[in-house]
Amino acid sequence: MYPADCKYTKDHEWIKVDGGAGRVGITDFAQKQLGDVVYLELPQVGRSLKQGEVFGTVESVKAVSELYSPVSGEVVAVNTALAEKPEAVNKDPHGSWMVEIRFSAPAEVSALLAVAEYADLVK
Amino acid sequence: MTQAGSTQLKRTPLNAQHRALGARMVPFAGWDMPVEYSGLSAEHLAVRTTAGLFDVSHMGQVEVAGKDALAAVQWITSNDASRLEIGQAHYSGLMTPAGTFVDDLLVYRLAAQHFLFVVNAANVDKDVAWVLEHIRQFADVTALDTSSRYALVALQGPVARGVMQRLANFDLSTIKYYWFAHGEIAGVRATVSRTGYTGEDGFEVFVPPKQAPAVWNAILDEGRDEGVIPAGLGARDTLRLEAAMRLYGNDIDAETTVLEAGLGWIVGWKKDDFIGRDALLSQKTSGPTRHLVGFEMFDRAIARHGYRVVASGQTAGVVTSGTYTPFLKKAIGMAYVPATHAAEGAEFDVEIRGRLARARVVPLPFYKRPKG
Repeated sequence: MYPADCKYTKDHEWIKVDGGAGRVGITDFAQKQLGDVVYLELPQVGRSLKQGEVFGTVESVKAVSELYSPVSGEVVAVNTALAEKPEAVNKDPHGSWMVEIRFSAPAEVSALLAVAEYADLVK
Repeated sequence: MTQAGSTQLKRTPLNAQHRALGARMVPFAGWDMPVEYSGLSAEHLAVRTTAGLFDVSHMGQVEVAGKDALAAVQWITSNDASRLEIGQAHYSGLMTPAGTFVDDLLVYRLAAQHFLFVVNAANVDKDVAWVLEHIRQFADVTALDTSSRYALVALQGPVARGVMQRLANFDLSTIKYYWFAHGEIAGVRATVSRTGYTGEDGFEVFVPPKQAPAVWNAILDEGRDEGVIPAGLGARDTLRLEAAMRLYGNDIDAETTVLEAGLGWIVGWKKDDFIGRDALLSQKTSGPTRHLVGFEMFDRAIARHGYRVVASGQTAGVVTSGTYTPFLKKAIGMAYVPATHAAEGAEFDVEIRGRLARARVVPLPFYKRPKG
């Protein structure tokens, strides 16, 4: 259920690393907790983030939830198309990337949860 | 979300049904309740297009009876209960002397001098104490918490009448809106009330707790082919907001008067004295300085309960309820705003996570079901 080629956070984000950057989204567990997503608020390209910093919000009918950056770095791409059809987060959470972050501290990436550890966390 | 240890939560007679249906359960007013089954939006849309079945057994029941019951009910509730015939119900308020809400409720006239109050789950103990204290001046009347004697299920939506009729041993078409009758549903002794909290046509059915699972299952089975699905508290909240039905603790409470809440129609101005009458008459003359209004957001943002209303750079009020509605597909809400900003089309801002988002006053209700 959770892709093995991603790293995970306790805040239910995933990051799929490709070279020195990674695309970030929320997990299937997170979208189920939220229910129907209706709005996404995403940052501007160029924003620099610290690990754990809020980079946006995801809003469902019943709740609003903040998005936390899994790593420190700079936002190099934003999936603005996703903000136009936020229901995709429910239908395909692990295919719905929100931002791409070029990370500045690779050690942070390796310290994130591996798929087995995350699957264990939400079991 | 967590309010108390789950071991202390009360369970309705349908708890096992909810769990078997895969509901997500949450603590609500001391009860272990289903917030959603298949999903809030799907459940909301089912109620607008087919029907949804709700367990509302957490609601409280208080019965008031005795030779002076009518006089007592007239004194402690805002609406004019003398206008109720036996078999009829209405929306009303338990008012403080200031004309604010102890609770809102439905008042059912079971007999000439026997009334049933259906009150909010969170307020049952407070309401019973309030009622007992304020009926003492009447010689022959008593009030009793009978909540444990009833399970209550609500079938709401366009196909509710047809489905319920096939399970009934009597003609439901004779029950007009806000009337009720006694009979059998799925072979179980029931009081069937044509009321609800969704803005749709439908029924609320009072049954003995032990028979509640049989009635619940029979309704789901009978309605399955027509799209009847179980619906939880999540959809109940978005549905009632579309219909602009007030929620105690959000839109109305002991700080808000019935007139500020736009509920002057539940005040029996022509009846004799009642608790809160002087305060409300005075406010009616001067005009409330703030009003509960409906609004729509211009921006892609949801204004939620407790968010600040800002007008001309100043705090001007507060959002009491807000959501994105799955049926109308927009962000709506209700807020208390100054009389100067309460007219249809007036605009104000809502502070959402440190930013101001624009809102516009629109007429209530947001949703009105098509007639026929």
